Amino acid sequence: MSLMIVDFVPDLILAFLVICMAWGAMHARSRHDAMAMFVAFGLVVALIWARLGAPDLALAEAAIGAGLTGVLLLQAARQIPAEPRTMKKTTVQFILPLVFIVLAIALFASQLFSDDALNISEQARIRPDVGLSAPSMSDRVHLAMPDSGVGHPVTAVLLNFRAWDTLLELLVLLLALSGLRQLYPSSQSAQKKSDGPLVRGPEPWPLLLAWSRFLAPLLIVMGGYLLWRGADAPGGAFQAGALLAAAAVVLRLAGLLPALRWSSLTVRLAINVGALLFMTVAALTLYFGAGWLHYPAAQAGILILGIEVFATLSIAITLTLLVIGEYEDLHT
Amino acid sequence: MSLLLDSLAWLLMIFGLLFFITGALGLIRFPDIYSRLHAVTKTDTLGLGLLAAGLAIKSESVSTALLLLFIWLLVLASGAVSCQLLARYSLESDPAATGISEHIPGESDDR
Repeated sequence: MSLMIVDFVPDLILAFLVICMAWGAMHARSRHDAMAMFVAFGLVVALIWARLGAPDLALAEAAIGAGLTGVLLLQAARQIPAEPRTMKKTTVQFILPLVFIVLAIALFASQLFSDDALNISEQARIRPDVGLSAPSMSDRVHLAMPDSGVGHPVTAVLLNFRAWDTLLELLVLLLALSGLRQLYPSSQSAQKKSDGPLVRGPEPWPLLLAWSRFLAPLLIVMGGYLLWRGADAPGGAFQAGALLAAAAVVLRLAGLLPALRWSSLTVRLAINVGALLFMTVAALTLYFGAGWLHYPAAQAGILILGIEVFATLSIAITLTLLVIGEYEDLHT
Repeated sequence: MSLLLDSLAWLLMIFGLLFFITGALGLIRFPDIYSRLHAVTKTDTLGLGLLAAGLAIKSESVSTALLLLFIWLLVLASGAVSCQLLARYSLESDPAATGISEHIPGESDDR
């Protein structure tokens, strides 16, 4: 029993921390404090996913939820003039989150101690081979694994069984980028007014240059590794794309990479190629195969790999443009 | 022998955690960005190094130890570079706020 409590200590600390970070992000004194708290919140959430045995989610949360979103928030805050924030909080604003937390904990506890939960744990004790509920989702995934073309259940779900969802995720990224492009004119006039580049790139400073030159190849190797490993282990296109985008951003900020321009055909092609290839495969499977995104089992592996490689490229370029592509782009 | 190694590992990790605590304290208590950076980078370098060394001893595997060493070196270098970047940026954008406005440190006399 005491051993179990020791096991719970890190989880309790993480649970406490995540609530603290969420609270801090909402009630921070300044916008910058709030954003720092939000990034820290993302990192704690990533740790929680790792503790729950979901390294895929942990990687994605750390790279995209904490890292990329943090950068995007900072970039956005740079363009929106700081407004004096009224510190007066109504009592309701303090009480509502508390009510929510209490309700959530109460619901969770009631689920934990309800008859259902006891029955399930009883079943699991009697027949440990069956697991929690008899024909669960994860059993079905494991049964279908041999036909999926990959060795990692999460990748199989994302790119085979539920490939439709992943295709839509790629389209969401495209939508985000085109939404951002719609906002460009206003930021352009803001830039004209402030009369100076909004992104103040650091001067080419030897140590920064040297470090970027060292870091970028490393990030590319890591991205390739994550992409390749994604077939059999945690990893995949989104994580690899985030790493590649980080490499591009580092190089761009050090002034080592020419600006990625929307007007360039290569850039536009790279942005769209992931979704285009995905949809081509989907259409081909619809006309020649078993149906929309039902890969033939023999070619599933190579199809998934191809989609993932080009999706990684698209994700990397899209994320890079989301972070740094805007300003040079304005004049084209 | 194993007891000796084990206690050495714990000692290293506890020392590392002490650096983390002092770094966090410095981040909260120090008045300006330069002294805060000074406090925080100690955490990155020595604190993480001691922690990684302790973990490497506890892992009892050469490959894990090498991985930890590699991670430490990466964090060490990026910590140092980003600390310099932050300090430079703040010095250039607001030199009047510090008492050292006449002198922007060159590459040779940093650190």
